[in-house]
Formats: sequence, C-alpha cells, structure tokens
Amino acid sequence: MADKKTPLVKELTKGIIKENPTLVMLLGMCPTLAVTTQAMNGIGMGLATTFVLLGSNIVISALRKVIPDKVRIPAFIVIIASFVTLIGFLLEGFVPSLYDSLGIYLTLITVNCIIFGRAEMFASKNGILASAFDAIGMGAGFTLALFLMGSVREIIGAGQWMGIKLPVLSENPMLFFIMPAGGFFTLGMIIAAVNKLKNKKPPQELGCGGCPNAKNCGKEGDCH
Amino acid sequence: MNKLIVSPSPHDENYTKTTNIMLNVIIALLPAWGAAIYFFGLRVIPLTAVCIGSCIFFEYICRAMMKRSNTIGDLSAVVTGLILAMNLPSTLPYWMAVIGSFIAIVIVKQLFGGLGQNFANPAITARIVLMISFPAAMTKWVEPITHTDLDAISSATPLPLAGTDNAVSYLDLFLGKCGGCLGETCALALLIGGLYLAARKIISLAAPLSFIGSLFILSWISGSDPVYQILAGGVFLGAFFMATDYATTPITTKGKIVFGLGCGIITFIIRRFGSYPEGVSFSILLMNVLTPYIEQLTRTKVLGAKEAEKNEG
Repeated sequence: MADKKTPLVKELTKGIIKENPTLVMLLGMCPTLAVTTQAMNGIGMGLATTFVLLGSNIVISALRKVIPDKVRIPAFIVIIASFVTLIGFLLEGFVPSLYDSLGIYLTLITVNCIIFGRAEMFASKNGILASAFDAIGMGAGFTLALFLMGSVREIIGAGQWMGIKLPVLSENPMLFFIMPAGGFFTLGMIIAAVNKLKNKKPPQELGCGGCPNAKNCGKEGDCH
Repeated sequence: MNKLIVSPSPHDENYTKTTNIMLNVIIALLPAWGAAIYFFGLRVIPLTAVCIGSCIFFEYICRAMMKRSNTIGDLSAVVTGLILAMNLPSTLPYWMAVIGSFIAIVIVKQLFGGLGQNFANPAITARIVLMISFPAAMTKWVEPITHTDLDAISSATPLPLAGTDNAVSYLDLFLGKCGGCLGETCALALLIGGLYLAARKIISLAAPLSFIGSLFILSWISGSDPVYQILAGGVFLGAFFMATDYATTPITTKGKIVFGLGCGIITFIIRRFGSYPEGVSFSILLMNVLTPYIEQLTRTKVLGAKEAEKNEG
C-alpha cells in the first residue's frame, strides 16, 4: 500500500518533471519516437493517452478489490482496450485528420507501458481519487514531453510549428530531425536537459541560518 | 664518451604525442587538399577555414562549458575540421558547414567524453547528418575546373555514370578530374598521404587494404568494373583517413582486417542495391558501431593463457 497521506496535489504534479513517464521513467518510447514529427501529433497522442489513462486508472482502482491477483493482467488489458476502442471511434468520428496521422499508434495505446505501468504500480494499490489525479498528472507529463519533442522536430526538421511556416527555417529544413534517427537524437537531448534540471542542487541557503558552522564562527553576517 | 647512462627500460624516448600524430595526419591530407583547390577552385580555402575554425571554436566552448581542460592544443579539432571539409562538396553554404562542425565536435565528440571516447568518427557522422538533412545542397557537385573561361559546370559524381558512355576515364579518376566532394576525387594525392602515414607508422595498412581489396573483389565478381569502383567515390579517403581512426576502429590487426572487410562489403551492398549512389560513409559509421564487438572477438590471447587453460581443463 502506498502512503495514503501523500497530498493529492503531489500526485498531480509528480508526473510533470520529477517522475515524468517519458523523460525520466523512459516508458512509452514507441509513440514518443514515432508520432512526434509534428507538435500537433504530439498533443493529439498525449491527450488520447491521457484519456485512456484516466479511464483505466479509475476503473482499475474501483475494481482493485474485485480482480483476483492471478488474472489481473488480462483484466487490466480488457479495461484498457475498451477505453482505447472508445477513443479510437471518437477520434475517427470527430477529428478524422488526427486519426489518420496517428494511424496504428492510436490502437497501440493499449500496449503503452505508461498505462500498464500506472495500473500495476498505482491504480491497483490506491483509491479512486488518487488514481484519477495520478492519471491526469502522468498524462500531462506525457503530453508535455510529446509536445516538446514534436515542437523541436517540427521546427528544425520541417521549418514550421503547428502547421505555421516559420520565416527563415522553412527555407532549408534539416530533414534529419523528421527521420527516426533525429527522433532518437531529440529524445536524448531532451532527457539530458531534464536530468540537468532534475538533479540541480537546491540553491544553498546563504546567511548564518543555514550554516552548520554558525555557532563556532563568531563573525556573524560577515561571510558569504 | 664517458656519458654512460644507466636507466631502466624502455630506452626509446621518442614519445609519440597526440599533437604529433595529428600534425602528421594534417600533412598527409595536404596533397589531397591542394588537388581540391586545383580542381574545384579557390572556394575550397574559405570552406575549409570555416570547418576548421568552427571546429576549434566549438571544441573550446564545449570544454569550457563542461569545465574540462582545454584540448585545442592537441590539434584533433583541426583534423576533424579538415576531414569534414574534405567530405563536403565545394558549393556547400558556409552555415551548413558550421552545423556539420557542431555535430562533429559537440554531439559526437565532446558529449561522449572528448578525444578517444567517441563511438563514431565525428567527421563521418557530421557528413551523414548533413547528407540526409540537406540532400540537395550536399549533392550539388561541380565539374572540376578545366581551366577554361567557364566558371563552373554542375555535374554528377562518377559513380552514377559507371558503365554509361559518360564514364570518366581511369586516368581522370586517378588524378581526381571528376565531380565529387573536395577531398575524395584525387586518388593519387590520397594514396601519397596514406602511404606517408603508413611510413611514419601512424596508421596500419590492414584496414585500408582489406577495405579496398574486398570492394575490388566483390565488384569484380558481380560484374561491375572493379578498378572504376575503387577509384570513384570516397573509397580512398575513407579507407586511409577514416577507417584508420584510433578511437573508432579495432586495435588488433585481425580486428582491423575484419573492420576493413565489413566496410568493403557494406559499401558494395549500398552501391549495388541501395538507393544512395555512394556508401563509403555509411559503411564506416556502421562498422564504427560494431567496433567494440569486433574487438571482443579478436582479442589477443595473453601469452601462456592457452596452456593455463589446458592445464585447468
């Protein structure tokens, strides 16, 4: 059982940087690399996944005492697949262009390890509300990462952003970034940047309050 | 004659320093560079200067930002810049050359730990990234200057012309009078440079010979003109100057031969069946990635290890 006292806000925000599913836990690499040739695709994929994640987390959390431990994996998959079918039909009906550009990766959300990972690690051990917040936070982190990847690759690789042509860059786009190799490249760079951000040491507290040597020092307020 | 020095071995004090090696590589590349100026005109000089200058600049900035010691003095950045320039067509815009230098120095070399730590040849990787990023600019070849009144004529490299009526003569190929990247056309100058390096014992000829040899034999068997295949394109540049890089190729002689064979086979496959006319740079990059495995498989047995094994068994 996870710590029940964790405030809900923390469940929500941890997914964005600290436990970002894509950039820190390295889950769901397949859609991350495959669909992020455009920023719009990144957002679409991220939101679709968030929807499925939210639905499956809530249902799995609600049923966590009903599902026998031995058959939990097939049970999870049935629940996840139902939501994927749902979002698939919704997108096909209302946003057919996005449905076309996401292609096979939309149905593959079923086997996205972020969703499965959250079901296994979180939803099956926590209450409905916490699971819902966890799903929203993780989904937001995933969407953000995909949007970032998509933006970088679209701006450098195609000279446009969200379909709008950029003045100088569109003359000689670096096609490399649109290609799979560029996807890995961009992912590596972003992970490096996030690691740098995450591992940043907290700024040292200045002044005598945070100084371990304050008692013996004698030169109050003089140092720095 | 009374200066008898008693000292423990080794007694050879001719230390081979990185700077020395790099300087020799630069000297070896100069004939080919001169040929490039002769055939492709004076734009070769500023293009090379941009490549070398930006490589040095990125090396300096990168080392400073990572708070590591400054390594410009070992000349490795100069060599990278020079080899990169040799791999570019003479008409390439300068800013693309700067991007290439950035990829070579910052991404491939410094992010992996600097000289000796890079997993792939920086110049080759930069060339490939530029090649697939800007295919139009990277394949804009010009006819070598025939020293007439014409400024420049765009033309194809000799490889797509192989077997057609427009095929370049062996002599022109050998001397470098054909379209192509700066440094790859003049086989004669590259041969001189390569042999110079071999004579100074900077490189071993194992990899270049097995590279060129395997390509020759495969082309021969498959029915294409083997002499044309090894003289055209970047085979000599790749074999002598890039398949002999210390950090990214195997250290054992057996490993070097395997490396060269692999390069030859992949080059042949790309040229024959691939969609790109030239495969030298891809083959070297692919073999760079395989280098750790080749080294593991061709590791020299420690003296006496065999007997020890037997005794244990």
